[in-house]
Amino acid sequence: MILDTRHLHFAYNGVDILRDIDFSVQPGELLAILGPNGVGKTTLLKCINAIHRPREGAVLVEGLDVLRMPPADIATRIGYVAQKIETARLTVFDAVLMGRKPHIRWQTSERDLQIVDSAIRHLHLENTSLRFIDQLSGGELQKVCIARALVQEPRLLLLDEPTSSLDLRNQVEIMQLLRRVIDEHQIAAVMTMHDLNRAMRYADSVLMLKEGEVHSYGRTSQITATMIESVYGLPVEIHHINGYPLVIPQEEHPACHQVAHSHP
Amino acid sequence: MHFHGGQIPAEYRRYIGRKSAFLVSLVLMLTMALVVAVSLGAARIPLLQVVKTLAGLETTRQIETIIWNIRLPQALSSMVAGAGLAVAGAAMQSILRNPLGSPFTLGISHAAAFGAALSVMILGGGIMTSNAVGAVQITNPYLTTASAFLFSIATSAVIVAIARLRGATPEVMVLTGVALGAFFTAGTMFLQFFADDVQLAAMVFWTFGDTARATWQELGYMAATTLAIASFFFANSWNYNAIDAGDETAKGLGVRVERVRMVGMMLASILTAVIISFLGIIGFVGLVVPHMVRRIVGSDHRFLLPAAVLGGALLLLVSDTAARLMLAPHVLPVSVLTAFMGAPVFLFLIIRGGRR
Repeated sequence: MILDTRHLHFAYNGVDILRDIDFSVQPGELLAILGPNGVGKTTLLKCINAIHRPREGAVLVEGLDVLRMPPADIATRIGYVAQKIETARLTVFDAVLMGRKPHIRWQTSERDLQIVDSAIRHLHLENTSLRFIDQLSGGELQKVCIARALVQEPRLLLLDEPTSSLDLRNQVEIMQLLRRVIDEHQIAAVMTMHDLNRAMRYADSVLMLKEGEVHSYGRTSQITATMIESVYGLPVEIHHINGYPLVIPQEEHPACHQVAHSHP
Repeated sequence: MHFHGGQIPAEYRRYIGRKSAFLVSLVLMLTMALVVAVSLGAARIPLLQVVKTLAGLETTRQIETIIWNIRLPQALSSMVAGAGLAVAGAAMQSILRNPLGSPFTLGISHAAAFGAALSVMILGGGIMTSNAVGAVQITNPYLTTASAFLFSIATSAVIVAIARLRGATPEVMVLTGVALGAFFTAGTMFLQFFADDVQLAAMVFWTFGDTARATWQELGYMAATTLAIASFFFANSWNYNAIDAGDETAKGLGVRVERVRMVGMMLASILTAVIISFLGIIGFVGLVVPHMVRRIVGSDHRFLLPAAVLGGALLLLVSDTAARLMLAPHVLPVSVLTAFMGAPVFLFLIIRGGRR
């Protein structure tokens, strides 16, 4: 077991955001956290690496309580890819090298540089390694952020909507890359997502939040149309195409038809 | 997870090498500029003579006096002040994630000006005399310095207190600073309105930042503060790099973002306060130099901060020498020149590149 959360309870300004969250993630497992906007998906991610301090409960990573660790120790166990990415005038190599921060005492060592090079090759970024990150495309930048989290040499990877701002091809590429890294290195990953189809296709397990609580939690194959309907308030059908589940909303908004007709 | 078989790309080594070479070239330019600055002035001293005097070799008593008592302290003050103001500005721009971030944006200099004005008016630090050259002197400089320093530090303490209350976000800190700056400007105007003409002259005179003011002892205080605080900033280079990538990412990398931001802001303010309390207000160095060197070495603080130290020292030394000479026999305070120079340089940087 890599990650184990127990009765996680988070409140902000006296208002309960998350209640009694329990789940666990094994080596090689990718867990998708789903749920409507504002339900607390990102908050839950930030509770796991103690950016937010839960009011009650425990977060165990390989048996050790994260909430009692100094931040630098947490960062050697948990890599975090935030949703909002800001770019500075740094080369790809230096931006990834930043991921060694929790391991750097005073100066970067030769070993730090070697690990960075290896990660850059692993993610096929070697041709961009001396380009500045403010000149990269969205997909490349997301890869840099993932590489940065990987050189922390974490056991657990947290990703906040890693594909939300990417085009179709980059979405697929990033998800395949994550799947490969998780399988090869047998690390665990937790990611928040909006795209149900992408989640059902690549994740091993799914945790759906509703009103701050776990609504349903299980293997991806156990997720039913009724569960999705109950969480999002919209009837859906799940079809299987080429063996992969495809979630199709049943009701289209009337306005969509009007727009479609006005542009023949 | 582990990564094996990585090598350090030769290209990356060359890239780092180029940045290091830039730093070394700044050191060389600074050394040359120092010798030239000491040689130039009302009495021209040949460069060789300057080097000999500095090395303690053969010299005349007159030249020795000019160099050790007048030219060298002023040149070194310019270097130290330029280095300190620029590194404080560079750290602040990163900590506040704002290209306009500097101790001046946070009202530190306004508070210092108010402190000096208050000292001149109320505490009696402002009985002035005119010396032979016609420059105005404040008779009780220590009181004025202390008062300016206290008010600058009080300002940063208020910003830290409010940041603790409302969260140490760049927005909270910048807005608080702007509000305090406006408040102290109003206070200074109030004092100036009721001041007599002698006091008014002293208040205005104080704000002209002038590197000729510092004695060897004061230079020592400024140098020690600059050295200590710049070293602290260097040691935090990776923290500032991480904050540049966003608060969330930095926290994910184990950086205590709020603490780094508060401590950094406090130290940058102290450094600025020490320098401007001794020399008066020297604007734009803290703002412009970090932007200039960032164009060359990029945003990596491992190189940006040392480059700001060296670049700031060089810029203010050259400016100070130019200010001394350009309207001879009148000696212009360097702050007038930097203020004139700052605006066009800054506009040029904005127009030249939309990229950071």
